[in-house]
Amino acid sequence: MPQVIVNLAYLVASILFILSLKGLTHPRTAVRGNLMGAAGMLLAIVVTLLDRAIVSYDLIIAGLVVGSAAGIPMALKVPMTAMPQLIALFNGFGGGASVLVAGAAVTETILIASGFSTQVTVSIAASGIVGAVTFWGSLVAFGKLQGFISEKSRSLPAHQLWNGLLGAACLALAAWLVVDPTATLSYWGLVLASSLLGVMLVMPIGGADMPVVISLLNSYSGIAAAATGFVLSNNALIIAGALVGASGIILTRIMCRAMNRSLTNVLFGVMAPAERTSAAGEDIYAGKVKATSPEEVAMLFDTARRVVVVPGYGLAVAQAQHAVRDLASALESRGVIVEYGIHPVAGRMPGHMNVLLADANVPYEKLKDMDEINSTFAQTDVVLVIGANDVVNPLARTDASSPIAGMPILEVDKAKTVVVMKRSLSPGFAGIPNPLFAADNTLMLFADGKKGVLELIAALKET
Amino acid sequence: MESLVTAVTIFVLAIFVGFEIITKIPPTLHTPLMSGSNAISGVTLIGALLSAGTQHSTLTATLGLIAVIFATINVVGGFLVTHRMLKMFRRKD
Repeated sequence: MPQVIVNLAYLVASILFILSLKGLTHPRTAVRGNLMGAAGMLLAIVVTLLDRAIVSYDLIIAGLVVGSAAGIPMALKVPMTAMPQLIALFNGFGGGASVLVAGAAVTETILIASGFSTQVTVSIAASGIVGAVTFWGSLVAFGKLQGFISEKSRSLPAHQLWNGLLGAACLALAAWLVVDPTATLSYWGLVLASSLLGVMLVMPIGGADMPVVISLLNSYSGIAAAATGFVLSNNALIIAGALVGASGIILTRIMCRAMNRSLTNVLFGVMAPAERTSAAGEDIYAGKVKATSPEEVAMLFDTARRVVVVPGYGLAVAQAQHAVRDLASALESRGVIVEYGIHPVAGRMPGHMNVLLADANVPYEKLKDMDEINSTFAQTDVVLVIGANDVVNPLARTDASSPIAGMPILEVDKAKTVVVMKRSLSPGFAGIPNPLFAADNTLMLFADGKKGVLELIAALKET
Repeated sequence: MESLVTAVTIFVLAIFVGFEIITKIPPTLHTPLMSGSNAISGVTLIGALLSAGTQHSTLTATLGLIAVIFATINVVGGFLVTHRMLKMFRRKD
């Protein structure tokens, strides 16, 4: 097939990718958008298969079959609560593929002795570094989310020094490769150093910072694909990679803003030590925390006109999304207006809570983002906080020395009554006490997420 | 050099297009955005197909084969799981 036609087909594929993202700007058009993206991918694959340089299809078919056999069941079977780790895993595979494609290109140089331009070697080094960091970083993120490795922050003594050395080693090996493209050993050395760097970068990231890292790795996988595009002079890869790179960067920025922290602080910073927590916690909570019962909350609901549910990661852990939907239906059948207030960093990835609630058939119009819901709390009778802590902590507004100072929060304390469903008074990820729990208008309902909600539904039926 | 400038031009313009569109995506769809864009980044698959198919040597063919497997998981799994999620976001009447 003439190269012109191939390139025109890649252009069409790129347009389909752009339209695919455009489709995602509204839930109504999103399904169609995703199908367009898939169609663009199919077109790019078919055109590539007709390339004259391909001499044998055996390995290609084997690879496509094995990859599909692995990917399809994962995509179909994963429960919505396990979505963050699945996305991390898929992301890693994309980065890994970039490393291998660049590796094959390096190996070819010696074989065909055509010599590479500097553009190509620089791109190969970039693919190798970014791809390997993406692959190993994503695998560590997967392991943390899946519970294979501790979700807590883990770091070595002088962690940043090691990272710096590994980064320098990557760059030095990259320089060697650019100077002497036949030195394939330098490429694999570079991949090894970047792999270690990928592990080292994600190990210190604790659970609640996961949304930032997942977004960043998403961006990296795009950059790795674009770098591979520069290696192969392939516009479809460059465009698709750039789109994904931009998408990941935007999400990363949104997540960082939602925590009022810089990206460097998330990646390299250490959260303020939590030593004073217990003492300060006792001061704040002493004698002021009011525990309540499902029956009491049901009575509150009975007279309420407007209820807002604020979900956090605890909702995902307890898999309480269906129970919450049932509770909302019970309230709505009594004429109560129920909406959901969702903080951008609630959960372990951007949009995590939205997917969980959509899975439980909650209509997307009821899922309100932070700015929208904050203006309504003053007119809200009852706020039900389930499994969220730091994102509703008023210390973010009042205590400039707190580790979450300046973080935009859901201002649930402005509602008439706040019911916090939680197992204990234990602090959230930031390790600080939450004065909300001791506020005059707050009632604590000590219960496990799902069981607690089911008890509420039962109590509501009796009133 | 000229081809490099063209490639960089395309790269930079695509980033701008990406920024313009993606800033308009509502937070509700951020997870599908991640998995969908993730599937798109699996377009490395076309590079992998070339490595696996040209078979300059056993090593490049092997690297190509693994790359095809990895990228296929990324692409097929990514689009499928995105589809599954997006179907849930349809308006319930």
